[in-house]
Amino acid sequence: MSTEAASADQLIANEWSGGTLPYRVGHRKLGMWLFIVSDSLTFSALLVGYAYVRASSDNWPTPFPFSPSIIFSTVMTLCLLSSSLTMVMGVSASARGDKKATRKWILLTILFGLTFIVLHLIEWRHLINEGLSPFSLPKEWVKEWPGASPLFGATFFGITGLHMFHVATGAIYLAVVAARVNKLKHEDVEISGLYWHFVDLVWMFVFPMIYLLSIKA
Amino acid sequence: MSDANVAHEAHEVVHRHEPPKSFIRKYIFSLDHKVIGVQYLMLALAAVLVGMTLSILMRFSLTWPDMNWPIIGMIKPDQYLALLTIHGTIMVFFVLTTAPQGGFGNYFLPIQIGAEDMAFPTLNMLSFWVTLVGFIVLLMSFFVTEGAPIGGWTAYPPLSAIASAGPGQGTGMNLWIISIAIFCVGSLLGALNFITTLLNMRAKGMSLMRMPLTCWAWFTTAVLALLAFPVLLAGGVLLFLDRNLGTSFFVPAGLYIKDVIQPHAGGSPILWQHLFWFFGHPEVYIAILPGMGLTSHVLSTFARKPVFGYRAMVFAIFAIGLLGFFVWGHHMFISGMSPYSAMAFSILTLSIGVPSAVKTFNWIGTLWGGKIRFKVPMLFALGFVSLFVAGGITGLVLGQTSLDLPMHDTYFVLGHFHLVMGVAAIFGMFTGVYFWFPKIFGRFMSERLGRIHFWITFVGVYCIFIPMHIMGIVGMPRRYSRFAENGQQIYYFLESLHPLVIFVTFAAIITFLAQFIFFFNLFWSMFKGKKCTENNPWEATTLEWDTTSPPPHDNFAGVHPVVYRGAYEYSVPGAPNDFVMQTDPDEFGEHEGSGDGHNGHKH
Repeated sequence: MSTEAASADQLIANEWSGGTLPYRVGHRKLGMWLFIVSDSLTFSALLVGYAYVRASSDNWPTPFPFSPSIIFSTVMTLCLLSSSLTMVMGVSASARGDKKATRKWILLTILFGLTFIVLHLIEWRHLINEGLSPFSLPKEWVKEWPGASPLFGATFFGITGLHMFHVATGAIYLAVVAARVNKLKHEDVEISGLYWHFVDLVWMFVFPMIYLLSIKA
Repeated sequence: MSDANVAHEAHEVVHRHEPPKSFIRKYIFSLDHKVIGVQYLMLALAAVLVGMTLSILMRFSLTWPDMNWPIIGMIKPDQYLALLTIHGTIMVFFVLTTAPQGGFGNYFLPIQIGAEDMAFPTLNMLSFWVTLVGFIVLLMSFFVTEGAPIGGWTAYPPLSAIASAGPGQGTGMNLWIISIAIFCVGSLLGALNFITTLLNMRAKGMSLMRMPLTCWAWFTTAVLALLAFPVLLAGGVLLFLDRNLGTSFFVPAGLYIKDVIQPHAGGSPILWQHLFWFFGHPEVYIAILPGMGLTSHVLSTFARKPVFGYRAMVFAIFAIGLLGFFVWGHHMFISGMSPYSAMAFSILTLSIGVPSAVKTFNWIGTLWGGKIRFKVPMLFALGFVSLFVAGGITGLVLGQTSLDLPMHDTYFVLGHFHLVMGVAAIFGMFTGVYFWFPKIFGRFMSERLGRIHFWITFVGVYCIFIPMHIMGIVGMPRRYSRFAENGQQIYYFLESLHPLVIFVTFAAIITFLAQFIFFFNLFWSMFKGKKCTENNPWEATTLEWDTTSPPPHDNFAGVHPVVYRGAYEYSVPGAPNDFVMQTDPDEFGEHEGSGDGHNGHKH
């Protein structure tokens, strides 16, 4: 606007004065960030609800022995963490314009994601066979933790279920990105990466709150 | 087709999309934000008609409880509760949330910032259709066995969580939850779209502080919606699980319903109240903020003066939005919360009075010394200020724990929130309709009918809601379908209120009938109203008045508007007219046209 040397203030003013993308990101990327903000509030509400019912219960079961439960869920966590790493590799390959490598890394990411889901389902089946349901606890648990709240199952299946749904959706999303990688711009690959990292990040809250806080003493 | 493609290529414009040719793509599944905006408005219009009719039925039932009405018969107590539940839900979600934001916001936000469309046109279309489906699902609850739910629009458990808890709490309640969940998704998509559009698509020169206050209001509303609706969605999912999967998030142990002990244990109904009101209080501002923005806009236009304290107005909008997230507890003072939390919630609640007062004083400051043109939109904007003050002031009463405890769930609360978030927001919508009608439809609405509509409605709503405050102070509880049995008052202290009850009912009927003047004016003017051939009939300054009425498909006919000044440059000394359009590059006298919010009146 003025002929003087542009100071930092002016640069900021220009970025915000219209006709430009103030965050230097396209609509879709900004939209994904906003989606992530709102989705993180959905998860926050569920986790706060979980904390609320847990804190207001007389007794809460802590049924996960270090071996095998926690080791098993740590492996699941590792799967997700690795998938984030492969996603980073995919996005960086896409930044270089290497479509083939991008596809390879994304497929690997999907593989880790699917492994996570399979492991999770095995764990679910195990707990269900033990007698855990959304509305009741296994008989042995009731004996061990008298007066324990039956909401353990509800919160466990509710929160991990919603998270698993997000992982599954993400896997499908990434599969579409991998299939169309030649037609997509780099930013679109990046956006799918944002979503995937977000889903992983949610697990980093779910894992300590649901699993580590319920380790068998 | 290939020709169109060539034309497309030849244009250096990034976002240009050709107007669709077929009727369906043009008017039904349109991607054009203007068509979608009108669709939202029509949905809200249909919804408000239903909601209003339900409220009149409620008044009938309250005043003549044992009367046998033609067609509907006697309104039984559970039917009364169903009426109030659906009335509240329709009004809050499908009118107050839908019209100001989805309707006017969709139509005018892109135009006012100089964009050609929203950032995500397809998503925009989807938001509308999702919202429509939500509305239909809600109405369906009237037609299932046992009818609509009776839990009120707040759907407090355990009543809402257990199917056997009352008539309508079975399928009807499930439909209610599904409807609201669908609505949440639609609103989230909309909010995301609004924020992206506003941040990324402003025309050259349209800095944040040059935006019209309407845009600030829509933006803040979108942020609130983005943060509040996901929480309601989560709460709704949990409630749905409680009802259909046997979980007990919201149901405590040992609950007897109809002599049957419920199989639930471990949950807390208070948790729902927290989740619901964490959404519910910002929702109040989602309803009122667009009206505030529009009122500032219209007051300035028709007082021929810049908005007094533009910057303060922007910060006040944001302060109200921000504080709105920390006061949800004031809806729950009687839930047994600790007095210390109650005090914190109370102080935060009262502090919202500060930005609200800033806005009110600035509205008055805008009017001060202006050359006021009393057109119909101006009348409704003034009505908005009046109603906002009258309804808001009792918020200070209810915000104090000690006063709220006896007032809770009385007609006082009813009078308070109907005035401030109901009627005031609806006056904001009327302002929008009368103000923007020439732009949307290229014709004027009848001024004479508009004036009649204004005066009856303005006096009418005060006659309806001011007596309710008195009833509340006397102690009349809300959500009671009747207060007498066999003509015998059960609550002797309410006996003296009977004349007031009848008065309110007649005021409501007259106000209800007056709305048909508006409906007639609206639809008659669409086809027969005086033609508006000029771009800028109100001599206003913002970008929507810089294009034809109605605007072309891409809003500015291929031109990219460039903005040189703030949104409210009226009566600028040295300028040839008493208004300077935002696109006017000229400088007048010593005035710099800085447009940074300190515009005008520097001399």
